[in-house]
Amino acid sequence: MGNTDTQGELWEVFIQSKPGQSFKHAGAIHAFDREMAIENARDTYTRRGEGSGLWVVRSKDIVSVTPNEEGYFFDPSNDKVYRHPTFYEMPEGVKHM
Amino acid sequence: MLNRIVKAKYKTMETSLISQEELLLEFENKINAEQKIEPLDWMPDEYRNHLIRQMSQHAHSEVIGMQPEGNWITRAPSLRSKKILLAKIQDEGGHGLYLYSAAETLGVSRDQYIQWLHEGKAKYASVFNYPALTWADMGAIGWLVDGAAITNQVSLQRTSYGPYSRAMVRICKEESFHQRQGYEIMWKMMEGTKDQQEMAQDALNRWWWPALMMFGPHDSDSPRTSNAMKWKIKRETNDHLRQKFINKTIPQAELIGLKIPDSNVVKLSDENYQTSDINWDEFWKVVNGNGPCNEQRLAHHIKYHNEGAWVRESASISNPK
Ligand SMILES: [Fe+2]
Ligand SMILES: [Fe+2]
Repeated sequence: MGNTDTQGELWEVFIQSKPGQSFKHAGAIHAFDREMAIENARDTYTRRGEGSGLWVVRSKDIVSVTPNEEGYFFDPSNDKVYRHPTFYEMPEGVKHM
Repeated sequence: MLNRIVKAKYKTMETSLISQEELLLEFENKINAEQKIEPLDWMPDEYRNHLIRQMSQHAHSEVIGMQPEGNWITRAPSLRSKKILLAKIQDEGGHGLYLYSAAETLGVSRDQYIQWLHEGKAKYASVFNYPALTWADMGAIGWLVDGAAITNQVSLQRTSYGPYSRAMVRICKEESFHQRQGYEIMWKMMEGTKDQQEMAQDALNRWWWPALMMFGPHDSDSPRTSNAMKWKIKRETNDHLRQKFINKTIPQAELIGLKIPDSNVVKLSDENYQTSDINWDEFWKVVNGNGPCNEQRLAHHIKYHNEGAWVRESASISNPK
């Protein structure tokens, strides 16, 4: 790690490309406060109309799980196949299901 | 960062239980399956160090590269060209920011990267150590220097490190206008007066070889290429990318009446152009700090970084964590 810190905190940037869509992670920026963070995110990641919705959140406030580290974390979704619609048998000819 | 730090600790404990060989095998399997390596994944030290070096060099190049073009903002020949040049240079600053953010995920702070640059421990693309002498150089830089950079960056979109790959995708989207605006400048000058045509040809003469040098040494003289290829940090070799660039660029020059400054250009039957070899003495001279503008470029960066210290300081004082 560096021996100094003069660059402000690290913030993660999320962009919504169109109203109604999910916000997607775009990258990170440095800033000293919320206002600077949202402005830096705008200047850095949305110079060509990439989106109209913008979120910034301090990187340290993100709680994450990565695929390899904690496989067991996601286990419940794998052994409960009945959560997926394809699990169920349907009579021939049924419509709007 | 706290969460990442906790995870890093957990990871160390886990690592001690699984052997290094197993971790390496898992890592290489992932790479062979074209999966991306993400910041918290285990990776060999050589992989991390190669990325730290390559990505920071890439980030520094974007930022230092703003200098030769910045030199012409106040002297752009029209409002249109001034607006374009400003937007282009702003993009390059943005590219630097994408790449620093991506490089920071390797566990090195931005301050540290900048310090290494200032101490001469990190490099940037040597091409920016050449001066931009005339307006035609704005054309040659956009067309050739950005053109060479794009050839490299398109290939790097498929790099195995996730944050680097995503930064490249974003950058490539923005680069397409950079090369076109440069080529447009050259074309307009070639349609202009005799003086303008000579100025464009002179710019090509001066930037052609430095642009070809951007791809680095021959594969046979590039000791780091093999690991970088094996681990898919690089997807194509220096010589292969350089050839691609040459094949694209020579017809573009001919189309607008420019002459490649190399009397040995031959079109081979397989569509590849053959050219003279690069002057490698000059290449190493500039890489090792003795190009026309090496000192000036670094001194400029250090000066403005230091002069901005009070801004960063007052921002951090008025916004304590
Ligand atoms: Fe760029
Ligand atoms: Fe560019």
